[in-house]
Amino acid sequence: MAHHTLLPRQYLILGLVAVCAPLGDTCLSRGMTNMPAITLTHPLTLIEAVFTPWIAVGIALLIGFFASYLTALSWADLTFVLPATAFGNVIVALLSRFWLHEAISLERWAGIVLITVGVGFVAHGPSLTERPAVAAELPTVPLQEVAQEEQAR
Amino acid sequence: MIIPASVSPTGFWAATAMIAAVVVCSTTGEVLTAAAMKSIGDLDDIRAHSGLKGAIRAVITCPLFFAGVSFLALAFFSLLLALNHLNLSLVAPASASLTLVTNAIAGKIFLKENVDRRRWTAAVLVCIGVYLLAH
Repeated sequence: MAHHTLLPRQYLILGLVAVCAPLGDTCLSRGMTNMPAITLTHPLTLIEAVFTPWIAVGIALLIGFFASYLTALSWADLTFVLPATAFGNVIVALLSRFWLHEAISLERWAGIVLITVGVGFVAHGPSLTERPAVAAELPTVPLQEVAQEEQAR
Repeated sequence: MIIPASVSPTGFWAATAMIAAVVVCSTTGEVLTAAAMKSIGDLDDIRAHSGLKGAIRAVITCPLFFAGVSFLALAFFSLLLALNHLNLSLVAPASASLTLVTNAIAGKIFLKENVDRRRWTAAVLVCIGVYLLAH
C-alpha cells in the first residue's frame, strides 16, 4: 500500500539520509586532500585511499546513508527523497554556526532559507506517484478479441 | 613532477568533465536504483513479513539494483578523483545541485514520476540554495 503521508519512522529514515550524506562527504574530502595528487595513470591509488582512516569513516557514514536511502526509495518517489538529502547541507551549516561558532554570511542564510522552503514544498505534497494497477486488472480475453478483429480487417 | 592537489591549476574543461562525470553517473545510478526499489516494493513491509534477511535478499537478488549500484560506484570514484583535484566547496554544491535537476528530468522521463509544479519549484529552490550555501 502506498503511504502518501509519512509516518514518524519514515521521517527518521529521511533524517538519517540528510545527516549521513554530508558528514560522509566531509570525511572523504578531508581524507582526499591529505593525499598526494592522484592521476588516471595510477588508478589503483584510488583503491588504496579507501583504507585510510578518514576515507574509511566517510565510507561507513555513506553506507548508513545508502541503507536509509534505499529504504526511503522503496516507499517514496526519487524526486521526493532527493530534496531531503539536500537538507543535510542546512544541518551542517547550522551545526557549524551554533556548535563551532563559525560565521555564516548573508548568502548562506539565504541558501538555508531557500533549501528549507524547497524541502517544505515537497514535504507537503504526496510522497509517491499514484499508479493505477492497470496491467494487473486488464482482462485478457477482450484484448485477444480486439487483436483478432484487427487482423480480420 | 606531482603538484599538490591544493595548488593544482586544474583547467576549466577538466573541472567541467570531472563534475559532469559525477552528475551523469550519479543520475543514472539513482534512477536505476529507484526503479529497482519500486520493483521490489516497500522494504518496511518486506522486513515485517520476512525479517531483515528477507529484505536484504529481496534487494540483492534484483539485477536492476546491481546496475544502479555499479553506476553509483562509478560516481563515487569520479567524486574521489574530482575531490583530489578540486575544492569540496566547488565539487559538492555543483554536483549536488546539477544532480537534483537532472534527476527531476530523469524521474519524469524514465520513472514516470509525477513531477508537478510543486516538485519543480522545490528542485529549483534547493538547487539555488545549495549554490548559495557553498559560496
